[in-house]
Amino acid sequence: MELIVQVCVSGLLLGGIYALISIGLNLIFGVVRIINFAHGEMVMVAMYLTFWLNYFFGMDPYVATIIVLPVMFLFGVLIQRVIVQPIQSSSANMKIFATVALSLILQNVALIVCKGNFRTVQVPYGMSTFELAGIFISVPRLVAFFAALGSITLLYYFLKYSYTGKALRAIVEDHTIARLMGVKVQRLYLLAFGIGCAFSALGGVLLMPFSSVYPTVGIPFTLIAFIVVVLGGLGSMGGTFLAGLFIGVVEAVGGTYVSPALKEAIYFGIFIIAILIRPQGIFGKGKGSEEVGLK
Amino acid sequence: MLNIQQVDAYYGDFQALRDVNLEVTEGKIVALLGPNAAGKTTLLSAISGMIPYREGNISFQGQHINAMLPEDIVSLGIALVPEGRRLFGTLTVLENLEMGAYSKHARKNLRKNLDKMFELFPILKERSSQQAGSLSGGEQQMCAIARGLMTEPRLLMIDEMSLGLSPVLVKHMFNMVSEIANTGVTILLVEQQVNHALKVADEAYIMEKGHVVLSGPSAQIANDDYVKKVYLGK
Repeated sequence: MELIVQVCVSGLLLGGIYALISIGLNLIFGVVRIINFAHGEMVMVAMYLTFWLNYFFGMDPYVATIIVLPVMFLFGVLIQRVIVQPIQSSSANMKIFATVALSLILQNVALIVCKGNFRTVQVPYGMSTFELAGIFISVPRLVAFFAALGSITLLYYFLKYSYTGKALRAIVEDHTIARLMGVKVQRLYLLAFGIGCAFSALGGVLLMPFSSVYPTVGIPFTLIAFIVVVLGGLGSMGGTFLAGLFIGVVEAVGGTYVSPALKEAIYFGIFIIAILIRPQGIFGKGKGSEEVGLK
Repeated sequence: MLNIQQVDAYYGDFQALRDVNLEVTEGKIVALLGPNAAGKTTLLSAISGMIPYREGNISFQGQHINAMLPEDIVSLGIALVPEGRRLFGTLTVLENLEMGAYSKHARKNLRKNLDKMFELFPILKERSSQQAGSLSGGEQQMCAIARGLMTEPRLLMIDEMSLGLSPVLVKHMFNMVSEIANTGVTILLVEQQVNHALKVADEAYIMEKGHVVLSGPSAQIANDDYVKKVYLGK
């Protein structure tokens, strides 16, 4: 009994990071309408940045956010401006090729520059835990969870109440009509890509104290983020958050009781069942997988 | 005010507009009539900048607007209320109206214009925190028109306003159009309700197959033998 609670708690904490990364993808996908296959590589780049800042300057990973997040925001803006914007009105296939290529390039540049080694950041609190009612809770994982929750809440309020946030939601609904209202959509595309990229970067930074970075570390994150976005519903922040936690728990439970090697098979199985039964997303009221289809 | 000369527009190989000439005089209500697929919506799209490839000359208050982007055209004072309303369905009524005021010049007067809209369409005030997608057809049309007016247009183009509305509501909406025109907004109305449209409009154009086939004061158009036979069923 205690084991299952322990496993679920660990899964929930990890799920917070999944939610964070997926919300970045949801924003990019909903606003810019591009399927960003390089999303996991944003996490990877942010993890390496954190690692090198620690390696050369002894900077604590949490302090490194001050540098990593703005840099990754600009990186996202740059990708949108240089790679995505020129092919905005091209076919879905073209966009997929472009972002898959970007993902391969980033992975291989990382391999050349950083080699294939697993790199970790040594921090005193990396392995620290505390006990609560018989359950062991990892401190850096708990920090990651609350940081994710906090930044998702911030984004939610930004989208709900700020004028720019409302315009972003209007673009998700109908970008043509948004333009007719005077919304400068190209500028907001840059903003959305920047924020989306910064969110996945934050996920990467928060992972660093308790996991290692290597050139292909981002691949599973891209896949997980797609599953989470589809389950949560496109454009639905709350749905994405819940779906992120859900996948975290599924992964932890599956990894413990079935086999760690099968955890991906398990959530892909759930994903396939979900889009068969509820293509609009399990948790979301938003648009779902029918929009994810190559429309 | 709006001057359209020899405009051609294409969708791929299909020529949707052929040598269209049209003139909208300031302060008037102009009706643009004709059957489905005559090019009326295409013409409105061309004016508002949504069709990138257009030949000929479109000018608004002396300014050439052919090559301008939709987001810039709206700040000149041209608003489009699109066919099918196309509200932002998951945004509230209030948020939809706020989006109408996105341009710099309109945002300054956001509060004042909101009050005006709520006075013009009291039902929207009641519904202001509801999702726009949950409104009835008539309310959605009012919201779409109000959203268009929030851009502070000098020219308001309304596409198929009466589509899908009950006869009573259609009558009400046409009265609203006259009322809006009385506040000094020029109106270009695309309609299939020829009878109603000719009653409120000062001038009318008839389009068929991408071309203007007839134009003149609406009283004269209403008495034209061809129009009577084909459009008014008399």
